[in-house]
Amino acid sequence: MPILKIKNLSKHFNGIRAVDDLSLEIEKGRITGIIGPNGSGKSTFINVLSGIIPQDKGFFIINGEKVVKVKPHNIAFYGMTRTFQDVRLFNQMTVLDNLLVVLTKRYAVGALFEKHNQLYLNKAKEILEKVGLWEKKSELAINLSYGQRKLLEIGRMLATSMVSGEPDIFLLDEPFAGLFPHMVKIVESIIKELKEQGKTIILIEHNMGLIRELCDHVFVMDEGKLLAEGEPAEVLEEKKVIEAYLGE
Amino acid sequence: MEYLIHLAILFAIYAILGISLNLVVGYTGLLSVTQSAFYGIGAYATAILLTQTGMNFFFSVILGIIITAIVSFLMGIVLSKFNGDYYALGSFGFNIIIFSIFLNWQSLTRGPLGIPGISRPVLFGLDFSQNITFLVLAWIILAIIYFISRFIVNSSFGRVLKAIREDEKAIQVFGYNTFNYKMMIFVISAAMAGVAGALFASYITFIDPSTFTLNESIFIMAIIILGGLANLKGSILGALFLILLPEILRFVGFPTEIAAQMRQVVYGIILILLMLYRPQGLVGEYKL
Repeated sequence: MPILKIKNLSKHFNGIRAVDDLSLEIEKGRITGIIGPNGSGKSTFINVLSGIIPQDKGFFIINGEKVVKVKPHNIAFYGMTRTFQDVRLFNQMTVLDNLLVVLTKRYAVGALFEKHNQLYLNKAKEILEKVGLWEKKSELAINLSYGQRKLLEIGRMLATSMVSGEPDIFLLDEPFAGLFPHMVKIVESIIKELKEQGKTIILIEHNMGLIRELCDHVFVMDEGKLLAEGEPAEVLEEKKVIEAYLGE
Repeated sequence: MEYLIHLAILFAIYAILGISLNLVVGYTGLLSVTQSAFYGIGAYATAILLTQTGMNFFFSVILGIIITAIVSFLMGIVLSKFNGDYYALGSFGFNIIIFSIFLNWQSLTRGPLGIPGISRPVLFGLDFSQNITFLVLAWIILAIIYFISRFIVNSSFGRVLKAIREDEKAIQVFGYNTFNYKMMIFVISAAMAGVAGALFASYITFIDPSTFTLNESIFIMAIIILGGLANLKGSILGALFLILLPEILRFVGFPTEIAAQMRQVVYGIILILLMLYRPQGLVGEYKL
């Protein structure tokens, strides 16, 4: 059953068609890969889906609800959360505060009268231990290595799920890029665990080995359009997909 | 001794202004250059209510806070359309508009003639007409503003403000409507500056537009940059230093008339040196 339908989505930048009349359906509870060469529109698609940039045309159906205009602060309420390709942490805040900030109350007046409590600390500790960063909890995020920053961002994404209760859709934009092998294993196990919990994962990734290993279904994008879709083993062997990556 | 008391009162007023601006600039990352407009609105509201209606000081301050909050709310709606440098320029524009209103709405503000004869406060039967008693009042209000601000920055709300400063789009994705947060802190900050204005009007007993120029907003900005962004104690330290600066200059041998003028030059030099070598200020936790 599709949890997310994208209908005729378009986004142009000064005449460049980053996403061009894209329509696709994401099935619930599966890991769906989105691949394509650099500049094919994958990150633009995720940024539009999460309200970071507005689309020119098209709409979404999320959990059966038609959504035309997505605002970034609404995506959590549609059950979505995400990581960013370029790692967007709160740099001059501690590792612990990067997590606590997404665990606490959303409404301004409620947040004003709330101090972080033991419950939030326990949750933050659990997640930071999972991504191997508990020892770094008092460090400023800006002082972490690139891999650690990626792990913290994934931890922050997991923390969101605990607060809003039901984020069902996790958007991961190149979560493995630049990670050491032991960090790749951590992220892999987190993604598998999310799938076991019945969550839907949309994974943008360039590592075809990981795409083959993790994904149930793959969409291939090229020049903003859908080039191919299907099971990874089949799609990755298609001539047009190989050509799109390697050139003719 | 009277002069020391005078400096201590001015220090309290500028420390309140510094703390209030730090909430917006240091904690939330909004480069607002309009604090003297709110300072002026608070001062004028209190002065007009005290001189023209004979209202009690306490109620005139409360009304002054409400008027400042309403004006800042309306300005905040417009400023929410801007980001970064454009925000600074927009707030700069508002400062000029408000100053022009002080100067030109003569039927209300008496324009360049100013408003004389503002009474000193009498609160719950206590008379603050003596400078020493006024000093106690000013310091009590400073303490209240400090503790309210500390409560804000240590709450979950304060943590979200810092996240907005670091990456507004990123925190929005986690379900935070940042407009509400920015608007709340902007209004709270303006209201605090309004309190400082009320204190100033009542202390000097005369106000005119020349106190509430853009220069004053830059002076308040200098306080928080010198003391330290995103650090409340830094604002107090900055106010202390810049209020005492002319005295320090006089102490090292500058004649009185030159010391006052040199204040501008020296705090300009200090700002340049800080931006070059210590952009987070003396005890700050955030670099512009």
